Amino acid sequence: MTPRVRMIGLAVLLLVLIALPFIKLTIPGLFGGSLDAPGTLNLLGLCFVFGALALTYDLVFGYVGLLSFGHALYFATGVYVTALALTRWHWSLPAALALTAVVSLVLPLVLGAVCLRMRDIPFAMVTLAFAQAGSILVMQNPFGLTGGEEGVALGGDTLPSFLVGVANTRNVYWVALVLLLVVYAIAWRAVNSPPGRVWQAIRENERRVGVLGLNPYLYKLGAFVLSAFLASATGVVYLLLQGGANPEVTTSGFTLALLVMVVLGGIGTLWGAVLGGIVYEYLDFRLVALANTPSVQSLPGVLKVPLTQPLFLLGVLFIVLVLFVPGGLGGLLRRRSAG
Amino acid sequence: MSAAVQPAAAADTLLAVRDLDVYIGESHILQGVSFGVRRGGITGLLGRNGVGKTTTLRGVLGLIARTGSVLLAGEETTRLATHEIVRRGVAYVPEDRDVFAGLTVEENLRLAERAGAPLRYDLVYELFPELKQRAAQKAGTLSGGQQQMVALARALLNGDNTILLVDEPTKGLAPLVVRHVVDALRRAAEIATILLVEQNLSVAHSLVKDVVVLDQGRVSFTGDVEQLMGDPALARRHLGLAAVGGH
Amino acid sequence: MTTIALLLITGLGLGALYFLIAAGLSLIWGLMRVLNFAHGAFFTVAAYAGWSAGRLAGGASPDLQWLIAVVVAVVVGGVFATLTEVVLIRPLYARHVGQVLVTVGLALATISLVQGGFGSDPQRLALPAWMTNTTTVLGANIPNTRMLVIVVALIVFALLLFFLQRTRFGLIVRAGVENRAMVQALGIDVQRAFTLVFAIGGMAAGLAGMLAGTYYGSIDPGRGSAMLIFAFIVVIIGGLGSVTGSAVAAVVVGELQQFLNFYGAAGVGDFSVVLLLAIVLLIRPGGFSGAST
Repeated sequence: MTPRVRMIGLAVLLLVLIALPFIKLTIPGLFGGSLDAPGTLNLLGLCFVFGALALTYDLVFGYVGLLSFGHALYFATGVYVTALALTRWHWSLPAALALTAVVSLVLPLVLGAVCLRMRDIPFAMVTLAFAQAGSILVMQNPFGLTGGEEGVALGGDTLPSFLVGVANTRNVYWVALVLLLVVYAIAWRAVNSPPGRVWQAIRENERRVGVLGLNPYLYKLGAFVLSAFLASATGVVYLLLQGGANPEVTTSGFTLALLVMVVLGGIGTLWGAVLGGIVYEYLDFRLVALANTPSVQSLPGVLKVPLTQPLFLLGVLFIVLVLFVPGGLGGLLRRRSAG
Repeated sequence: MSAAVQPAAAADTLLAVRDLDVYIGESHILQGVSFGVRRGGITGLLGRNGVGKTTTLRGVLGLIARTGSVLLAGEETTRLATHEIVRRGVAYVPEDRDVFAGLTVEENLRLAERAGAPLRYDLVYELFPELKQRAAQKAGTLSGGQQQMVALARALLNGDNTILLVDEPTKGLAPLVVRHVVDALRRAAEIATILLVEQNLSVAHSLVKDVVVLDQGRVSFTGDVEQLMGDPALARRHLGLAAVGGH
Repeated sequence: MTTIALLLITGLGLGALYFLIAAGLSLIWGLMRVLNFAHGAFFTVAAYAGWSAGRLAGGASPDLQWLIAVVVAVVVGGVFATLTEVVLIRPLYARHVGQVLVTVGLALATISLVQGGFGSDPQRLALPAWMTNTTTVLGANIPNTRMLVIVVALIVFALLLFFLQRTRFGLIVRAGVENRAMVQALGIDVQRAFTLVFAIGGMAAGLAGMLAGTYYGSIDPGRGSAMLIFAFIVVIIGGLGSVTGSAVAAVVVGELQQFLNFYGAAGVGDFSVVLLLAIVLLIRPGGFSGAST
């Protein structure tokens, strides 16, 4: 593919995605309903959110080499802070977003400053521990704020009307699409900037960066905060798509899913991470639907149990990819197009 | 360059290194290093700092990824795991001694014991009587010289070790201790072949017979130690200023 | 006083469970630099295997059933861990992140499989009557299961110390935690030590799985992962690679959690444990790293 053909292809794809809510087309097997059905748009919106989220994770993991196991915390910050401001304190959406933005900068700054005192696996463990603290906090429902296991439901009157209701799913879908594009643009700009090149140098050899007179700690902290902040932004859009906050997004299992997405798509490539996030969310959703089909339900238990567990299938797929395809799906596609 | 650069393929060659290449990251650390070590005595591996001497030893042992060929008594070893190479009679005394700080002296030695090999505790304790007295002491609390003794003792312990790779054994040691180490190496050379990396050229001069000099990842000189040291211009060219007038 | 005695012993019991998980994690990390997320899967799979075996032996006395369950859990934990090391970890030699990732995948896959096979609801464990009784200590009625868990963990601790201090394999493990390359350079096949620490870690985790079931009276698919996170914290506070450190840290974490969850609001204890970790890291960024004793 020449760069020019690729540009045209991408432009067409983008136009199709923008126009999707107006396309009354049913693709059997791919989606449950027609392309313009709210269910389809919601699923696609979630796919975009996870594509963007995987991308933010790839910034720290793929580009700086920081194996964080606490990324869910920052996504959940976007989800919960916004939800609390809207429902518990009845703030307007702009005010809620402003608060979320502040928290989404301060929290990773403080926690990152502590966590980055460690490297490698100890760093991973510490980020995991902090994320776990966040999860405990949300689950314990302090002062009746977070709703514990119930989560927080956005009422109809908490949001501007164009974002509420099944009929307006297409608006939220567009918001998710814009989110993906904006996050991609920021991430692209960041990794191709001078600090972005320092990040990649840190990933290859941190000591050498230190020898050059640069302080790796500050660069790592910068990447950590940027990535966390963007993750919070994706959390806000997730909240809009889901119509509420659920504590599942705070768990370590959720971070592990992010890890699977990035490895699935290919570590250290922007579009690979996006692809991984989209494919993961799509499979997770569609595999549940597949599990409920009569043909699977009628299988004997030995086959039925594994096939009806999306996480089992994704876990196995993940292991196979790590063992045999270190470049992920992105690497596979690139090899195919090169060969 | 001397004619002896040709890797000696003669029957008395115990270790033959051929076209050894090592990359670390993007740096080409060793670029086709070839040399032979004759059976018996001490061969010196010399050169300035950072030219690849330690890397060569680690490459021979398979502690780092490398390409090329390493023949030990005629057997190709580059496909073997480190422990398999070692079990063919190669002992390693690393630059930083690498004694196990949390283990006692006695445990350090016991770890080096190899099943089936005759153990030379007599020799080890004769050379380093201190180790016997400090058997129960944690190796991490020993002085640098004592740690060097532990490292040398580990290498000498197994009777079936035929070649010792010794990396800068006198580095950072007091003159008195240096003499002790030199004496020990001389004794060791009576029972095994030694490939010695040494920055202290007066020590090297007094111990070694054959010399291999590395420069920027390549062999720049091989030959007799007198040939190199006896010619100040040659020594300076290959070893730098330090060669003139010792340290 | 009564409450304090109860909390002390309950916290000690919790610490005992953490220790059983953390000891293996710590050795695996120390020797191989692998953060083993599959440890929670060893715990869970072994617990369900033990529980199933106990039910199959339905005709036997409750004591024997329990014993069968524990033995099966230990064996299954050990075998599962050994297979994991040989099949998944070994091919990724020198790819540390890859090794961590496969353990993540394995954890996700096996735990969801257990969930699919047995359901996500807790399964009650039939325990011998003497275990469900209580013993009065300092005026407090302590469930006997607490004592049992503590005693078993103490025995395991003693066995591990014996193994590390008195056997050649233990010597190799201790040396390998310090400097793996030098162990190889002494002609020792470090790979075998890897398999061995995985096997030991898996057995301890399997034992923990069954003992946690005994402690709580039931097993469920999520507990392994939940306890794993606290075990990670124990490992860092105790010093990566140190079994004694893990034991001390496990007790501290267990007690802290128990007391603060009781005297503070629910969850305060869990939260404080994470805070403790942050403080430890701020004081000593490397954690309390020590020798593997």
